[in-house]
Amino acid sequence: MKGDGVADNNETPARKGFHPVDGMRDWWADAPAWQRYGVYLALIVLVLILPAPWIGSFMSPYSDWTTVLIFPVGTYILLAVGLNIVVGHAGMLDLGYVAFFAIGAYTWASIGTTYGWSFWPTVVIGIFLASVSGVILGAPTLRLRGDYLAIVTLGFGEIVRITANNTDGIGGARGITNVPHPEPLFGMEFFLDPAPYYYLMVFAIALVIVFSVRLTKSRVGRAWAAIREDEDAAELMGVPTFKFKLLAFAIGAMIGGFAGTIYASKAVFIEPNNFPFILSATILAAVVLGGSGNLPGVILGAFVIAWLPERFRQFNDYRVLIFGAVLVLMMALRPEGLLPSRQRKAELREGTGGMGAMGAEVAGPDSEASAEVTK
Amino acid sequence: MSALLEFDNVTMRFGGVTALREVNLTINEGEIFALIGPNGAGKTTVFNVVTGVYQPTEGEVRFDGDRIDGMKRFKVTKRGIARTFQNIRLFHNMSALENVMVGVDAHHKTGAIGATLGLPWHRKEEKHGRERARELLDFVGIGRVEHNVAKNLSYGDQRRLEIARALATDPKLLLLDEPAAGMNPAEKNSLQALIRKIRDDGRTVLLIEHDMGLVMHISDRLAVLDFGQKIAEGLPHEVQNNQKVIEAYLGVSEDAS
Repeated sequence: MKGDGVADNNETPARKGFHPVDGMRDWWADAPAWQRYGVYLALIVLVLILPAPWIGSFMSPYSDWTTVLIFPVGTYILLAVGLNIVVGHAGMLDLGYVAFFAIGAYTWASIGTTYGWSFWPTVVIGIFLASVSGVILGAPTLRLRGDYLAIVTLGFGEIVRITANNTDGIGGARGITNVPHPEPLFGMEFFLDPAPYYYLMVFAIALVIVFSVRLTKSRVGRAWAAIREDEDAAELMGVPTFKFKLLAFAIGAMIGGFAGTIYASKAVFIEPNNFPFILSATILAAVVLGGSGNLPGVILGAFVIAWLPERFRQFNDYRVLIFGAVLVLMMALRPEGLLPSRQRKAELREGTGGMGAMGAEVAGPDSEASAEVTK
Repeated sequence: MSALLEFDNVTMRFGGVTALREVNLTINEGEIFALIGPNGAGKTTVFNVVTGVYQPTEGEVRFDGDRIDGMKRFKVTKRGIARTFQNIRLFHNMSALENVMVGVDAHHKTGAIGATLGLPWHRKEEKHGRERARELLDFVGIGRVEHNVAKNLSYGDQRRLEIARALATDPKLLLLDEPAAGMNPAEKNSLQALIRKIRDDGRTVLLIEHDMGLVMHISDRLAVLDFGQKIAEGLPHEVQNNQKVIEAYLGVSEDAS
């Protein structure tokens, strides 16, 4: 997917003026290997020096910068990358994503406090339980599309939170206290010093990024894209749509669960109110704001969404107001997201309503076509 | 010649509307069979019944000896039936190559684990998919636009891309729903050549088309539908002179009745 073809696409009549994002994308597509590795190296250096106090003094003067980088920044990025698979790639609107985050967190918190197992193998259990719950939610509901799916997932998010709130076995409304920290690994002590958690978080994000990129560039990713574009046509071209939608849901849930276990291991104390609907909405905002379907965009979006409220801590309650105003401004000025994927930008230009699954419910070129099959 | 697709007394009702009434059809292996009839006669319904979009109310559909009515859509595709759409339904924001690769993927097996770990068979399948997709784009004559996003292609190229995507699933039977709609005479001529080439590749073609010139020229046999009923079937020149067909298209003259 490099070379002249990519440049050609760009020269469509709809393209007006100069777009730095597209310019960068084209440069990246044509860049020789040494330039790419140079960028990778620069990113690694950036990630390693990011917790430095001199950066923190500007980025987060009111709270500990490294802690902010773990939660909310790192956690939001992890969650956004996971939700991006469901929303950005497979085109299903999930409003209850926080449920999987909660399931991961509760898995470690209850297993760690009750049985005293080691953290590292328990992470796998957390990921597994989250993906199983993704399948349990997905299997009966993924026949729904668009708005209806959104409503069901919204309900699921609340069910998980309310169940946690009312189950005494996992602490009920009081939550779980004294959640153990992970055991030392590679000479890093996970205790009060946030630095090891930062590196753990960086490792988790890197892992999930590689996972996500590999999937989306494979048969699986193509099937998701086809489903997002036209579910009926995809099925008639031999894509088992239900299976792939379920897979997207389960993988999104896995990543959510992964984020949850790490979060719980750092937090020491978790309670049902750590997993409100607004967190699902915030992560969705990060995905959409960054550029649904485009990984660098989604990561940037999550960073901005997580960091802005921390930066404006001096304004106390007004910071939420400022945050809201910034969101409105960004959506008004760049509706396709900060770093949009090509598809999404094109969808908005056409007015198909954007988000794949929802696009089907909104009038546009697609709705006329779907009438054909149901005629 | 053996029968590839058989419609045995197929009736398709939607509430009070009967879209197909006791239709019997036999399409033989290796032929180009055309389905014609006025608008609303039920031609696209036939396609939807064959590809599993609808389950017939009554009757049986057999493909290659096995019943396929009620089969899941993607299984019908894997079984060897692929189609194009009357209104183009490409994956508009994917490149031409990716569109075709989705079709090739129908016979691939790699799942999430193979793709994540980059296992050898996954790489082999990716390579096969890309090569096969390129071959098919060249076959239909649009190899030069493989990196273009589908919706940026010209109308004729989009129609060809739909055919390439359908061929990618390696069908025994290819259903073309009005492939010549909106094409100019030159494009129609090369489409005709393409359909012949597909048949010569050993595939059977079932075609819905309104362009009589093209239909008469290209099809081995054809059937005429009117109000959901088959009113004629046979060789092109036989059907052309069939009184019922003339009436269906032109109406009954006052003198005759």
